[in-house]
Amino acid sequence: MTAATAQITPDVVAEHGLSAEEYERICAILEREPNMTELGVFSVMWSEHCSYKSSRVWLSEFPTEGPQVICGPGENAGVVDIGDGQAVIFKMESHNHPSYIEPYQGAATGVGGIMRDVFTMGARPIALMNALRFGAPDHEKTRHLVSGVVSGIGGYGNCVGVPTVGGEVNFDESYNGNILVNAMCVGLADTDRIFYAVAERPGLPVIYVGSKTGRDGIHGATMASAEFGEGAEEKRPTVQVGDPFTEKLLIEACLELMTEDAIIGIQDMGAAGLTSSSVEMAGKSGVGIDLNLDHVPCREEHMSAYEMLLSESQERMLMVLKPGREHVAQEIFEKWGLDFAVIGETTDTGRLIVTHNGRIEADLPVGSVSSEAPLYKRPWTETPKPEPLAPESVPSPNSLGDTLKSLMGSPELCSRRWVWEQYDHMVMADTVGRPGGDAAVVRVHGTQKGIAVTTDVTPRYVGADPFEGGKQAVAEAWRNLTATGATPLAITDCLNFGNPERPEIMGQFASAVKGMSDACTALEFPVVSGNVSFYNETNGAGILPTPAVGGVGLLKDIGFRAGIAPQPGMGILVVFGVEAGHLGQSLYLREVLDRRDGAPPPVDLRAERRAGEFIRALIENGSISCVHDCSDGGLAVAAAEMALAGNVGINLRLGDGQITPHALLFGEDQGRYLVACGNETAAELVDASMSWGVPARIAGEIGGDLLTIDGGDPISLEELRARHEEWLPHYMNGD
Amino acid sequence: MKSHVIVFPGSNCDRDVAVALENAMGHPPGMVWHGDTEVPETDLIVLPGGFSYGDYLRCGAIAAQSPIMRDVVKKANAGTPVLGICNGFQMLTETGLLPGVLMQNASLRYICKDVHLKVERTDTCFTHKYSTADILRIPIAHHEGNYYAGDDVLDRLEGENRVAFRYCSADGADGKNLPFEGANPNGAARDIAGIYNEAGTVLGMMPHPERLADPELGGTDGTAMFDALAEALQ
Repeated sequence: MTAATAQITPDVVAEHGLSAEEYERICAILEREPNMTELGVFSVMWSEHCSYKSSRVWLSEFPTEGPQVICGPGENAGVVDIGDGQAVIFKMESHNHPSYIEPYQGAATGVGGIMRDVFTMGARPIALMNALRFGAPDHEKTRHLVSGVVSGIGGYGNCVGVPTVGGEVNFDESYNGNILVNAMCVGLADTDRIFYAVAERPGLPVIYVGSKTGRDGIHGATMASAEFGEGAEEKRPTVQVGDPFTEKLLIEACLELMTEDAIIGIQDMGAAGLTSSSVEMAGKSGVGIDLNLDHVPCREEHMSAYEMLLSESQERMLMVLKPGREHVAQEIFEKWGLDFAVIGETTDTGRLIVTHNGRIEADLPVGSVSSEAPLYKRPWTETPKPEPLAPESVPSPNSLGDTLKSLMGSPELCSRRWVWEQYDHMVMADTVGRPGGDAAVVRVHGTQKGIAVTTDVTPRYVGADPFEGGKQAVAEAWRNLTATGATPLAITDCLNFGNPERPEIMGQFASAVKGMSDACTALEFPVVSGNVSFYNETNGAGILPTPAVGGVGLLKDIGFRAGIAPQPGMGILVVFGVEAGHLGQSLYLREVLDRRDGAPPPVDLRAERRAGEFIRALIENGSISCVHDCSDGGLAVAAAEMALAGNVGINLRLGDGQITPHALLFGEDQGRYLVACGNETAAELVDASMSWGVPARIAGEIGGDLLTIDGGDPISLEELRARHEEWLPHYMNGD
Repeated sequence: MKSHVIVFPGSNCDRDVAVALENAMGHPPGMVWHGDTEVPETDLIVLPGGFSYGDYLRCGAIAAQSPIMRDVVKKANAGTPVLGICNGFQMLTETGLLPGVLMQNASLRYICKDVHLKVERTDTCFTHKYSTADILRIPIAHHEGNYYAGDDVLDRLEGENRVAFRYCSADGADGKNLPFEGANPNGAARDIAGIYNEAGTVLGMMPHPERLADPELGGTDGTAMFDALAEALQ
């Protein structure tokens, strides 16, 4: 196919994911019909994935500023100050559709892409996280997808040598036909050496570096912006193939070049490859750009302009250099064995002019392509508010102890060891808080500072009440960071939803964003980067709304931090925060009673903040060092996780009987922390909590090798550990 | 003491081991690029972990053919101590400085976790600060760490006292009955985690001592190896 011969019919327009109205708008902008190459450029730049055309009106509600924020949304990643002239740069992004079609490569390239977003800004990646949602365990594809995604994430991150320090894995039938693979990367940079995706001014050389361009991934961005139907697997050729070795070289080469005074702007070629990187850089600076595709390093012969512009071949970057500094860059890239080519120049025409084999293949106004995609305020309907569930109305189990064992061994709560042992979580030798805690902690190399990282969302809450669920996702991330002793800095997000053209989905999105915004504002925890993934549907059935939150916090001194394992001498367990026994949307309801009703636990943002600031102050002043937040599964599960982590028994007390025991143990009330400490400290803490307005209760005693509930129902740690550890390996082995 | 770390494209534990060496020696090691042809005068060469050349072809195979390796082999044969960790161990088998091969883990999965090791010998420059009664806790992180050699080679290694470390359980027992995976994490023949050359001057090992040589990282069982080298080679 060449631009000259192909006929643009309504079918061709539709195949490019553009509506008839959008096509008319393109013709109006150009004052003519586009050729096929130009249509391809518009199709990717105006895709939902690149243009955020359905989400942008809502995303403007997010708070994005704060004294710590150096750069908020709109760049490759968010930048946050951590003092001493250093910054963390981070972002989370989805790679859902490719990972469903080809789990290994889909997940691997998701990791590669998010790392490039971070190091393109001048940061060395120091931690990777991921948030994964799979279908029901008994669905025929689930095991294959878990296996492929996990090995793909490991295969890429392990080779590049950036530790994968944690994440989330959940199973729910709503993901049967549309899994979610969200990857997050955190990097470390000097504040005086941060690079942006700008082209600055006319007359500058445009440089291509990295891997060669092939025909892989053409139209990936368009695929990511459509629903799946039957035969989604046939889209396999639109999935890119990753090469982590080249990525590693690219990181080292880019970071080396960044120490030279040569780069004006730099952008990775991610979704929509060469097209989006060149258009976005030129668009931001209001300049034009001439590209000569004859100079693009290709790995296949006879590639057309259309293919080269739309290829999503991995591990490539576009740079605008200072004039006369090309040789410095070339030397470095050749040392690392990477391609280097001058492929164009910035101009004062404001147009993207692409030539190939002596012909002009595209001539488009940069501003229109980059920022005149239609914006839609799509119709939306609010999700009906569910009624709260009274604790007394929920049947109690025959045995509290058996219930705890079965929850600890359930797919949702069982150990994720099988997953994270496949990730190199220790390379770089700065992982001070390994997977399995509330948040991972990596040391800032050569300092005593630490960066805490977590990803959180509870999709069943968001499905039941998008507003409260959105709040909860942000609050839980904030709480998990706090539980390590870190001061939460900012979040990135990955908003995974169904088809935005359906009003009920748009309603979920709008309410979740509002809930998240409220929590971000109340907790001074702004959004600095993010990604929206719509059309997560197969045959019209949407996923549970899943606005994943990636939170980052700062520990001033890793000598004062908390983990979840009780240490010798810690004899008392104290619970801080309000206990109310909320069982609506709880795992007790779902796993034990097979019910999914009621309102999710509400988040009182002021109480959340009070409790968190109290706990953090205690960790910072050295009073406590063993803290675990209560979340999925409630108090009993949190206590059981602490017992296993410390390999020590716990007797859980049931309190004054105001709350029915199963609601007290398994209710998922928000804003709570379990703290293990010595007897004397416990009394002091309970006193201190009064003046902070944070409720506290002695929740149990620590010691021995049994987990008991008010002296009864003894469970040996050995049995509990076996139940907790067994499910996932057995499931993956097909036992 | 002068030490040098060889950096290959795709090495990713070069910095980690340099930090551990610096902590032991009081000054940083030299970093030598794979394309160079000569390692400067040195008391120790370290081949670091990672994915040299992307682990394409076979782990360590391309690195074994890189320009610098000719000089590494020459110096090793002349008695300069060489420590190969993980990918470095794979390179040492590919160059023939050590016998055997590292196959895929028996689980066919990448494994990153702490394992326990028995120290088989304490009379080398690497291990003289350990005792044979010690059970070390050191992490592994590999997909190809399943040591294999023919029975004759294994018999000879054992006969010549050239096994450096063996996987064991936390209490030092052999066997493969720890919960959820055996004490031998990868299926290695005779639980072998590391071996020496005949002179005891070249050590290849799959576990990463540099990853637990700092109390902040949760353990210091690796520290004594770097301290031992600093002391023996000064």
